[in-house]
Amino acid sequence: MSAIAAVLQRDLRLAMRRKSEVLTAVFFFVVVASLFPLAIGPEPDMLRKIAPGILWVGALLASLLSLARLFAADYQDGTLEQMALSPTPMPLLVAAKVLAHWLLSGLPLALLSPVLALQFDLDSATMWVLFTSLLLGTALLSFLGAVGAALTLGVRGGEVLLSLLLLPLYIPALVFGSGAVEAQMVGMGYGAQMSILTAMLVVAAFFGPWACALALRIALE
Amino acid sequence: MIWESWDAFWAMGGYGPYVWGSYGVVLLCIAIEIFGARAAQRASVQSVRTMQEETDHDATS
Amino acid sequence: MENFKIRWFHWAAPQTFYPLAGRLWPVFGLIAAVLAVAGLYLGFFVAPTDFQQGEGYRIIFVHVPVSWMSMVIYLAMAFWAFLGFTFNTRLSGMMTQALAPTGAMFTFLSLWTGALWGKPMWGAWWVWDARLTSELILFFLYMGYIALTSAIDDPRRADRAGGLLALVGAVNVPIIYFSVKWWNTLHQGASVSVTKGSSMAQTMLWAMLLMALALWAYSIAMALYRVRSIILVRERHTQWAQEVAA
Repeated sequence: MSAIAAVLQRDLRLAMRRKSEVLTAVFFFVVVASLFPLAIGPEPDMLRKIAPGILWVGALLASLLSLARLFAADYQDGTLEQMALSPTPMPLLVAAKVLAHWLLSGLPLALLSPVLALQFDLDSATMWVLFTSLLLGTALLSFLGAVGAALTLGVRGGEVLLSLLLLPLYIPALVFGSGAVEAQMVGMGYGAQMSILTAMLVVAAFFGPWACALALRIALE
Repeated sequence: MIWESWDAFWAMGGYGPYVWGSYGVVLLCIAIEIFGARAAQRASVQSVRTMQEETDHDATS
Repeated sequence: MENFKIRWFHWAAPQTFYPLAGRLWPVFGLIAAVLAVAGLYLGFFVAPTDFQQGEGYRIIFVHVPVSWMSMVIYLAMAFWAFLGFTFNTRLSGMMTQALAPTGAMFTFLSLWTGALWGKPMWGAWWVWDARLTSELILFFLYMGYIALTSAIDDPRRADRAGGLLALVGAVNVPIIYFSVKWWNTLHQGASVSVTKGSSMAQTMLWAMLLMALALWAYSIAMALYRVRSIILVRERHTQWAQEVAA
């Protein structure tokens, strides 16, 4: 347990030293969300309709940005090998790193989303559903993304390759996450979508670190 | 035979371009795949021969 | 049981599998050709004109088989990947890599023939229905696998990383299909089905089945042929490979 806390603390402290990395993802989200009205037009009705999709895709792409670096630094300086050799099970250490990643990217994106929702004239109930769906959804994306990051560790052109690998796997999260927000907007219940999203998160939190640890061992050999 | 004439066969009741466009591309892709696989086999055999020459050269030099 | 295991691992060695694959692929190729001729004859010269779709429906004799095969091949890749992780055999990874290009090609052909079928039937080159959208995502999954295995230089790492990706993908395919289906029904997308309205005549079903089996035999032939090239390159430092190539 202390090893997990140590890994978590270390990742958070390292990220705080280079705050720009955290802020880049956040600003990317802001810019993307602003680009769409500029590209499509300022009509409030239309913007309201497309808001859930845009905000969800924006958050998804922003969280993709920081994934490539999840294991890269530790891989280069040998910390990853130490983690593989340590008595603590690798999946637990991986889960700690994923949690750190989510705290640094997913959580800020979710917290920012109500502000961006204002640009699209969403009502407060919808903003709340958007926030919750992104909170759960970005965590799911982090767990899935970690597997991709581990598979592409140290590979040429890994960042673009990572996006290609992950986007098909991200689609269920996107469909149900934005679907929940849309359901709230049209007055239907978002319960089903939110439950499925939560269920996927639980499964990913359980199996993801295990698959990710396997991928890391493959990369370390 | 259900076709009145060869012309009718090629015309496919007006859908000719779509039907033959489909089958044509399928045949084309399969042909490309077969030729590609044969070229890959030739390249593989060549790379084995090159490796053999290199090891022979290293052994005798 | 021990005997069975020893015999199985005997064939799993690249050195023994190479000649075996060499003898088998022409057999499967011939089977594929015969079945294709039979299926096409049935499809073009026996099956009647469709009541609703005229002659244009005959695209299904190639569209449905390539769609089925694109999914079957992905499952086969996941199967070989699973074998590779369980028994740690090198050949399993090579077979997975040998299957991928054919699967990707069939996925592309499914999208292409689907578009050419959709345009005259429903007026659009592309509709976002559950099956076509899932097929598009499957194409991305294939591309991801091929990109990953091509980008990794070490063959063993490429095999294992690709294998894990194939397994993760295979597990996700039903989830993806379910979510796309849900998304489609919610948004009242165009509902397209192969047997929309009319029930299929027996001859149509037989033609489709024969073509599907033909493509299945073709895939096996192509994978066996391709794995030989992979084996040669990986084993080019060995005596037996150099003797074969001479």
